[in-house]
Amino acid sequence: MSGANGFQVSGYGPERAGWTRVFARDSVARRLDWPILLSATALSLIGAVLVYSATRNRTELNQGDPYFFLVRHLLNTGIGIALMIATVWLGHRTLRTAVPLLYGASVFLILLVLTPLGSTVNGAHSWIQLGGGFSVQPSEFVKVTIILGMAMLLAARVDAGDKPYPDHRTVIQALALATVPMLIVMLMPDLGSVMVMVVIVLGVLLASGASNRWVFGLLGAGAVGAVAVWQLGILDEYQINRFAAFANPELDPAGVGYNTNQARIAIGSGGLTGSGLFHGSQTTGQFVPEQQTDFVFTVAGEELGFVGAGFIILLLGVVLWRACRIARETSDLYGTIVAAGIVAWFAFQAFENIGMTLGIMPVTGLPLPFVSYGGSSMFAVWIAVGLLQSITVQRPMSA
Amino acid sequence: MTNIPETGRSPRVQIRLVVIQVLVLSLLGTLGGRLWYLQIREGEEYAEKASGNHVQQVVQPAVRGSILDARGVPLADNETRLVVSASRTDLMKMEDDGKAVLTKLAGVLGMRPQEVMEKVRLCDAETPQPCWNGSPYQPIPITDEATPKQALQIRERAEDFPGITAEPQAVRRYPSPGEANTAQVLGYLSPVTDEEIKQAQDSESPYLRSDQVGRSGLERQYDKQLRGKAGVTRYEVDNLGRVIGKAESDAAQPGSNLVTSIDARVQRVAEYELNEAMKAARKEYDRNTGTTYKADSGAVVVMEARTGRVVAMASNPTYDPNAWVGGISSADYKKLTGKNSNYPLLNRAIQGQAAPGSIFKVVSTAAAVEAGYDFDGSYQCSSAYSVGGQVFKNFESANYGAIDLGRALEVSCDTVYYRLAHQEWKKDGGTSPKGRPKDHFFKAAHRFGLGKETGIDLPNEVSGRVPDREWKQRYWEANKDAWCKTGKKDGSYVEKIAYENCVEGNKMRAGDEINYSIGQGDTLVTPIQMATIYAAISNGGTLYTPSIGKAIVSADGRKVSEIEPEAHGRLPISDATRDKMDAALAGVATRGTAAWRFGGWPQDEIPMHAKTGTAEVYGKQTTSWFATYTDDYAIVMTISQGGTGSGASGPAVRKIYDALYGVQEDGSIDRKKALLPEPAKSLPEIKPDGTIAAPKIAEDPVERERATGQDEEAPADGGQPQDDAATVATPAAENRQTRRRRRGAGRGGTTGTGAGARTGTRGRRRCA
Repeated sequence: MSGANGFQVSGYGPERAGWTRVFARDSVARRLDWPILLSATALSLIGAVLVYSATRNRTELNQGDPYFFLVRHLLNTGIGIALMIATVWLGHRTLRTAVPLLYGASVFLILLVLTPLGSTVNGAHSWIQLGGGFSVQPSEFVKVTIILGMAMLLAARVDAGDKPYPDHRTVIQALALATVPMLIVMLMPDLGSVMVMVVIVLGVLLASGASNRWVFGLLGAGAVGAVAVWQLGILDEYQINRFAAFANPELDPAGVGYNTNQARIAIGSGGLTGSGLFHGSQTTGQFVPEQQTDFVFTVAGEELGFVGAGFIILLLGVVLWRACRIARETSDLYGTIVAAGIVAWFAFQAFENIGMTLGIMPVTGLPLPFVSYGGSSMFAVWIAVGLLQSITVQRPMSA
Repeated sequence: MTNIPETGRSPRVQIRLVVIQVLVLSLLGTLGGRLWYLQIREGEEYAEKASGNHVQQVVQPAVRGSILDARGVPLADNETRLVVSASRTDLMKMEDDGKAVLTKLAGVLGMRPQEVMEKVRLCDAETPQPCWNGSPYQPIPITDEATPKQALQIRERAEDFPGITAEPQAVRRYPSPGEANTAQVLGYLSPVTDEEIKQAQDSESPYLRSDQVGRSGLERQYDKQLRGKAGVTRYEVDNLGRVIGKAESDAAQPGSNLVTSIDARVQRVAEYELNEAMKAARKEYDRNTGTTYKADSGAVVVMEARTGRVVAMASNPTYDPNAWVGGISSADYKKLTGKNSNYPLLNRAIQGQAAPGSIFKVVSTAAAVEAGYDFDGSYQCSSAYSVGGQVFKNFESANYGAIDLGRALEVSCDTVYYRLAHQEWKKDGGTSPKGRPKDHFFKAAHRFGLGKETGIDLPNEVSGRVPDREWKQRYWEANKDAWCKTGKKDGSYVEKIAYENCVEGNKMRAGDEINYSIGQGDTLVTPIQMATIYAAISNGGTLYTPSIGKAIVSADGRKVSEIEPEAHGRLPISDATRDKMDAALAGVATRGTAAWRFGGWPQDEIPMHAKTGTAEVYGKQTTSWFATYTDDYAIVMTISQGGTGSGASGPAVRKIYDALYGVQEDGSIDRKKALLPEPAKSLPEIKPDGTIAAPKIAEDPVERERATGQDEEAPADGGQPQDDAATVATPAAENRQTRRRRRGAGRGGTTGTGAGARTGTRGRRRCA
């Protein structure tokens, strides 16, 4: 497993002496936030099982190999954990110096998507095909770099002790930094990601201590922007239809409302304990489209029931709860902002993804963090976990 | 690294972080709540939706049970046809959607490939017939006329014909054993309607779209038992309809067989003789109308006297029940139900009603005894009886002097009954009775079971009518507006009647009761009612509910539920009266109005009892009635517009008895030739495999009879011991006509004037 290898290569040797050192008081391992780590790992592994359940019969997708998606999901998880370790190893403060570079690289990548190199999946032109069945969705990484970039700008003078709160100029700079990639992503158009980014920006601004005016101004601008987007016809028809179907799923049960209906039937039919793993008829019968990615939660709902699906929400709750704690307990504003940005990201993306399968949010193409199949998303969320771990590892020990 | 103390935790940031945390928690709480709502609160509903999503039913129809006669001979059964069907789900899995297979199949079946493709395509708004409008998961029949060779070709090369099956399937058949048609008793099937499917959806025995449902006769009465229960296999399918698993399967339960009391041989004789009698009547000259008799319809019932079981029941005109099999053609349907068809679908034995004429006199006799008149008393049988200036004549103005009631039955003396009825009418207070009138004559009719259904196990029986005071009142209320509008005091005959009806149509007038006493006027009876009554006189007074179903035998033969004969009342006569009546009715057969039809009958061995009746209908020819019984059977025959009771129906009834008992030309009894000298006592033998043993069906029993004896020549009209004369009769369809009891104004003189006694002077009222 590459994850384990990564562990060894990273220098956390398997020797007894090494392990002792690793778990010594004040050691890195002791200071890691284990609830987050374990929850994220559990979510990824549950995701592997759900993805397997959803794809083992989809011969048209898995190229005849029922384990195709399972293996890849585990591989992605391993790479993700390796990336997390690398992030902790480097430390979020070190990364702070590399933020301009990372930001520039991620914006370059999403620009690349707009060129003929990019490819379209489900109406969104958000992917770059790497060949061999691998593809990258750079907008996932942009979420990370927006958080890091904005945190860097907003915290710079506060952490230096110059000001208690970021001033207007800094806020404007930070907003500009976020707006550029958001505009590009909107051109793809990947509306779901834009929505997540807007929420991230809001979370970051809130946590930075920026003036209330900015926070409310941004909320207002968001509302106006949403109306404008609707009115000016920037949205494609399929996006409008998704919203219409959200408002009334019976509108067109065979067409747009189909996903919503089938997803809700799958989850609703699960009942308390579900139909049992691999026994969900909705899942086995492939009634729910995109079930290994955006609609993976329906597999949990149908086959594991309220108990299993609730457990997934609980694990996400643990991650978010601990992340909030990290944001509150870190000593520097940079760490606080980064942690809060990640909280906003995970919370909204999870809410939107699960909410759409439950029929309380419109359908957008967003993966469920850790659980959905998809390399880029998996990598990005594990990098974010790495950032959280780095913040908690590097904070001063409380007395 | 920590020389920037506490900045990250400035109060504003700290508060906002708490806000974020609360927001996050509430989002997760929302998800949890919604999850609970969907899965726990509404989980059942979604589970149902989910199963509707992915479960498809494939149905194996149950084989419908047979209807057998008393000896086990099938009257309705199933014929096996080789049906070649295609499974759409299998075909659609093929790369070319099964085109190659269907083309090959067309070659085997000698059909055009185009034809076969059309049969398996699904119907929708744009697809014209032929197309399949059933479930796409159901095998789609391509032909039901495959030859064994074709079926073999398909089955032996199954790998060449994936998704194609060639299997024998059951199709309803009415074999008419020994030419016994039994059409109206058996009824028919027709495809289930959408509404019925919907209604039965949640019941224990839901219909399939391919189901046939009994629409009349026994097929309808015993539909539930005959139908059985279709087998259902539920397949789990994926979103493209591909089968991914078998959920559960219930095997089809074939329907039960119904053993009836019908004897196919007797049935054939009854049908044949009824038809012959009607043909003969059509050659007879009717002096009243100056034409031959129309004999447009008729019915005969042969009933076991001691159980009420029906041995034969024929209705004419008739039809071939096989016309309904496999869907009736519109031409056939028109023929059976059209205006000119004379409605062969009607079972006139239970759905035809007419005034009974003199066969009603047994009721009047019982009423008179009930009212206190001595059976053996002396009553004037004058040639006429006058009431208020109106003269009611005896038939042919015969005058028998003072006779007792038995003799009155024998010679069918109308005036005896006129007098008794009139006296009772006067005792009850005339047209305006004070207090509660006794109405002995009407009450007796009700107690004989008239005016209501007998309860035979056939659908849509009609009730007939007893024209008592309540009925007159109701009828008047319903019609007085029309009468008062058209009625004129000095207008035409019809207008005058309307006028009188308008004024006092709700009153029981003397003439009404007088007419009623001899079975004329507004009285309506069905053949099955009269058979029940005469059977009751035979068996000592018990009114049995007529029945045809004798036992329901499950398909495996293990469960036999016998249908026991049930009594629903007793005749309101003492044993002594019954015995005297019995003797009088025997006298009818030996020296009375029916004697000329029973010449040479072995009366000592098989005591025969009979009563003839001839009923008049306004504007129509007379209805012939003939009611008879022995110790074993009661037979009642009627022919609408057929002439006199014994004249039209007599020979036919005699021949049915001849066949039953094996009575020869010379009056001797040949037991070997007797079809059913005594009613069948036991059920046919049920073999261990559940099938029911049936004797070999002999040739047409009528042919046999014809071979042995020659048709006896019916004596020509006139010169015989006279039968009844005109009487009012009413075939089912025209019961309205009976209202006009002043028959034929044009014919017989005065139309009557006085209140009530409208029956006119014409002496033709009579019954024999």
